[in-house]
Amino acid sequence: MKKVFAIEEFCLACHLCEYNCAFSHSGMKDMVKAYKSGFQPARIQVEESGEINFALNCRHCSDPVCMKACITGSISRGEDGVIRVDTNKCVGCWTCVMTCPYGAVVRGRGDRKVALKCDLCTESGNTPACVEGCPNRALVFEERGDD
Amino acid sequence: MNYVVIGNSAAAVGCVEGIRKVDATGAITLISDESHRAYSRPLISYWLSGKVDDERMYYRNEDFYEKNHVKTLLGVRVTALDAAAKTVTLSDGTVLPYDSLMVATGSRPFVPPIAGVQDCPQAVTFLDWDSARRLKGMVNKKSRVVVLGAGLIGLKVTEGLAGHVAGITVVEMAAHLMPSVLDDDSAAMLQRHIEKNGVSFIYEDPAAKVSGNLLTLGSGRELAFDVLVLAAGVRPNVELVRDAGGTVNRGIIVNSFMQTSLPDVYAAGDCVEAMDVVSGARKIMALLPNAYMQGEAAGKTMAGAPEGFEKSMPMNAIGFFGMPLCTAGDYDGEAYVKIEEDSFKKLFFKDDRLVGYILISDVDRAGIYTALIREKVDLKGVDLELLRQRPQLMLFSNKADRKRIVAGGSITQ
Ligand SMILES: Cc1cc2nc3c(=O)[nH]c(=O)nc-3n(C[C@H](O)[C@H](O)[C@H](O)COP(=O)(O)OP(=O)(O)OC[C@H]3O[C@@H](n4cnc5c(N)ncnc54)[C@H](O)[C@@H]3O)c2cc1C
Repeated sequence: MKKVFAIEEFCLACHLCEYNCAFSHSGMKDMVKAYKSGFQPARIQVEESGEINFALNCRHCSDPVCMKACITGSISRGEDGVIRVDTNKCVGCWTCVMTCPYGAVVRGRGDRKVALKCDLCTESGNTPACVEGCPNRALVFEERGDD
Repeated sequence: MNYVVIGNSAAAVGCVEGIRKVDATGAITLISDESHRAYSRPLISYWLSGKVDDERMYYRNEDFYEKNHVKTLLGVRVTALDAAAKTVTLSDGTVLPYDSLMVATGSRPFVPPIAGVQDCPQAVTFLDWDSARRLKGMVNKKSRVVVLGAGLIGLKVTEGLAGHVAGITVVEMAAHLMPSVLDDDSAAMLQRHIEKNGVSFIYEDPAAKVSGNLLTLGSGRELAFDVLVLAAGVRPNVELVRDAGGTVNRGIIVNSFMQTSLPDVYAAGDCVEAMDVVSGARKIMALLPNAYMQGEAAGKTMAGAPEGFEKSMPMNAIGFFGMPLCTAGDYDGEAYVKIEEDSFKKLFFKDDRLVGYILISDVDRAGIYTALIREKVDLKGVDLELLRQRPQLMLFSNKADRKRIVAGGSITQ
């Protein structure tokens, strides 16, 4: 399946992917408004050391430990291979956060805190927002045939 | 192939899903003495508090059994296992043959031997949905509640009741709360937080006697209660296997394929003793992720695609009154400690490996630490300062390794 891959040589650590991710999942039309209303955290995270930078989100693993470990049964894999959290069922225990080896499940904020993760923007039907908005093409959305 | 599964919780569901990954057509019969369809046990305290309603209790969708072609016998107990005849006997007298059997019987509450407790109508346990329902029916705003045991279940029931009752006192034999999961520093931080929610704790003063509405402790101290919750631990349900001649210690003994010593009898979840990948010791690791993964691996093996599972380990992600904590592995090793006002981090290192951690409040990306422990990653050549700062994949300074892992490769070397 197609996934998002980072090219660390191109990443400038500008964090635009994080903004675009958070915005596209906010359900709002205006970025400034959405930003002011308090974003949920992005489901992609940039690691940066100055010299080395890369962005990372869910790998949609073929053997997803988050899904197996989930104590409520809120994480499942769709027919399309995408691993999603049912945020209605999730109680924010963070077992997925404790088990994802990539650190790619993030803790939501607010009154009802739930686990958030990359859904490859399948809800919008567009190319993932992180890839779409990356100014230096440090993120690609492609099939690498590993599973 | 004729599969029989005893139990209907995490390990049993894992087993069914494991079987179906390999064998789409073999007959599966699943038996449980609980009459509910599979629900999430850890949610019973959320249900008690009203945070989760009936609909959100279920571990799988309603069509789970139909989709997986599972025949269910719910509300019936398996009373005997005959490993030679390859049959199980049910409480209604039915004798069912099997080709391959999964024992996913979990555990039951341990009722501590306290004088008078057996005859006390206000003394209840808390382990399954029905017990949560019973407890809910017993408490009101005026109830004085005493909880025996400050382990995971004792503290979860405390959280579930807080705000719905007049007051809660937790009585613990050990010197601090969650003695098998936290060290004294982390327990102290968690205790301060829980106390803010109107809960008080008594340590190292075991319950001695119950009479009427009065609990007497070893020191002679007396506590009046309206409801007494017994959360002093659980005991694995090993009897079926033991009585059939299978090898049992505290839990059912299994190999890495989750096979018991009886032919074609498998076991998984809270009823087994498995190898802890971190310490190398056999132990009961009564936690849902282990239960599911053991069950799933066993299911695949039962269906003819043997899959060993050697990754069981102690790990907890839990929160109380909004304070999250994650722990994993062993605390035997050199510690890196960073304790602040309301956050806590201890990392334990041994022989160039991360072997355990305790995190309170900031648990972000803890899974990277967990993976380093589980996969026993050799940390020689890794930037330990980065590792201590926060969990990050940047710590892999070898570019090829890092790129492979970031792309979705395994963290194993
Ligand atoms: C309040 C609470 C909170 C918890 N929180 C967490 C948490 O945050 N994280 C975590 O990892 N774990 C947690 N746990 C532990 C978790 O629930 C267990 O590890 C998990 O349920 C184990 O699954 P299992 O399938 O092995 O057994 P169980 O869930 O115990 O299920 C076994 C089933 O088999 C049935 N059964 C037993 N014997 C027979 C028989 N002879 N015939 C027919 N049926 C039988 C039982 O009735 C039961 O339905 C919590 C548990 C409780 C009670």
